[in-house]
Amino acid sequence: MSRKLKDDVVLKVDDLSIVYQTNRGDVKATNDISFELEKGKAMALIGESGSGKTTVSLSLIRKLPKNAVVTKGQVLYQQRNGEVQDILKLSNNDLRKFRWQECAMVFQGAQNAFNPVLKISKHFEDTAYAHNWTDKKAIRERALNLLRLVRLDPERVYDSYPHELSGGMKQRTLLALSVLLNPQIVILDEPTTALDILTQRAIIDVLNEMQEKLNFSIIFISHDLSLAAEMADVVATVYAGEIVEIGDVNDMFYNPLHPYTYGLLTSVPTLDHTEDLLKSIPGSPPNLINPPTGCKFHPRCEFATDKCKTENPLLLADEGTHLAACWHPDKVLEARKETV
Amino acid sequence: MSQPIMRLESIYRSFKQGRQIVPVLQDVNFNVNSLEFLCLVGESGCGKTTTGKILSGLLPPSSGKIYFEGQDIATLKGIEKQRYRRSVQIIHQDPYASLNPTQTIFEMLSYPLFHHKFVKDHTHARTRVGELLELVDLTPVEDVIDKYPYQLSGGQRQRVSIARALTTNPSVIVADESVSMVDVSIRIGLLQMMMDLRDQLNVTIVFITHDLALAKYFAWEGRIGVMYLGRIVEIGKTQELIADPQHPYTKVLLSAIPEPDPEKTRNKQHIQLRSEDIPRLTELPSGCAFHPRCPWFVEDVCDVETPKLGIAVNSSNNVEVSCIPLQQGKVLNIYDT
Repeated sequence: MSRKLKDDVVLKVDDLSIVYQTNRGDVKATNDISFELEKGKAMALIGESGSGKTTVSLSLIRKLPKNAVVTKGQVLYQQRNGEVQDILKLSNNDLRKFRWQECAMVFQGAQNAFNPVLKISKHFEDTAYAHNWTDKKAIRERALNLLRLVRLDPERVYDSYPHELSGGMKQRTLLALSVLLNPQIVILDEPTTALDILTQRAIIDVLNEMQEKLNFSIIFISHDLSLAAEMADVVATVYAGEIVEIGDVNDMFYNPLHPYTYGLLTSVPTLDHTEDLLKSIPGSPPNLINPPTGCKFHPRCEFATDKCKTENPLLLADEGTHLAACWHPDKVLEARKETV
Repeated sequence: MSQPIMRLESIYRSFKQGRQIVPVLQDVNFNVNSLEFLCLVGESGCGKTTTGKILSGLLPPSSGKIYFEGQDIATLKGIEKQRYRRSVQIIHQDPYASLNPTQTIFEMLSYPLFHHKFVKDHTHARTRVGELLELVDLTPVEDVIDKYPYQLSGGQRQRVSIARALTTNPSVIVADESVSMVDVSIRIGLLQMMMDLRDQLNVTIVFITHDLALAKYFAWEGRIGVMYLGRIVEIGKTQELIADPQHPYTKVLLSAIPEPDPEKTRNKQHIQLRSEDIPRLTELPSGCAFHPRCPWFVEDVCDVETPKLGIAVNSSNNVEVSCIPLQQGKVLNIYDT
């Protein structure tokens, strides 16, 4: 294949558009989404429910529901040997290899994804067998190493049934299982939602350690800004199926350029500020069957002008690393400076 | 100080699970002062929802006493009892489950009005429901009043739940995780509305949440009670508790929370627990329930004696903690660990 990616880029999503065909009309779940994921980096997709975060992540492993149609775009993946594939065009056989061996996904609430009648060891073995790895002893050895890495008592957990483990332990076991075949990318959908604070802390620490040791890239989806602040190198804000802002984690938190990112930042209370100046974003996310004209955020935006109502601002590529799809980024920046 | 509007006195509550008895609340004591912002915080399974249900009379305690305006509610009868039930209302967590899908908003809100004879006829009821909806910012009222819950968004439904809690002119509202099911961007709006209701209607709001940052925001002028495995481990003024937590559990909790600020959250010092496993309620450790995990565990004290709430000796705070070493004057230094 002739397509080339930069050496340090493992995944490149190009103008990806996906619609869900429903009785009420086409739901434009993602629109012209483009981003690059670098090797060994963690990227966070943040946004409210229904913003299209999960759709993006599912398309990366081609696990979209049946009524979803990719109308445009490509997802390029660079293998360890430098060969580039378009995931959307892989044959079924290649796709089976790609999943888990190259890119693993941990789904939301996946603590409940274990088969309750199979031991943890069986889950590890089944995964390995499906990828033509049949040496039971070697599998066990690798599994125990990984379980140790996620700070569990490996022997005990490996021989347990899922119901014998607590929620946090299951989540950690799952993380170990996801990297069993040494994938280059791990996708995490809301990895800490529904876990207690102290368990969340353990998961975050474990993930950071794993990433350091095994050097995979992470894409994680969350509505929790704190998690993004703690773990991500790059943050992308998703609104109404579009990436409206993307940039380095510090840029995104300290100098947001899009009013939606700014709005999210000013709507979460923090522990160490004495008095918070918080406000909600008015309104609610738009209907994606008939999205608003112009900038999709304009009905909820405090900085909107007439231009925003008619012209959709684009997220321009190849121009620095911090991009925002907004006509008035300077106003947003100014407002953020005033609140901090 | 004025008399507390509600008081819980050594409340115990256990549930039967098969042959096992699960002690969910043990020796819970606290006051709800009139018009204060009180927040109960804790992880799942710590008994905060059960406490809320006991406060609102939905669940009787296994033992212990509940006082409402100085009267033991177990002794209330007839009209007095009815008045208590009317005066304490609860808002549930999930606005998708707590509204009857077959009733319109008007039917839902007018039912208690008719039942308690707050309104004489249909027209009167409609005016009153309209007022309630305006209070919770569901305007224009005509757009909402005849709708069914499925036609409303999550945030709007939660507002309907709040309006429903207000129908009986309560003096105490227990809000159980009332904003955790709605999107981040609209949470603060809901919370601010509830805080405004206190001033407009003179209601005391007891807010239950697992999110300390949210608790801090809500109860900045009030108090926070931290719960762990069925007991209150620390209770006191929010500003003192957040700035200088005393109880080991509160300290660990505060150090573990990630913050929406990359620099701060990455440089935060995390206190390591001795064990990450939360004990089961059916197999509670002896003595202080936190001792198997506590980094400041003192042998032969913490695992033997069960602590009660009291003042920490070496602290300038008036915060009450249930930790024996602290009450004996030990100083918990972070670098001890």
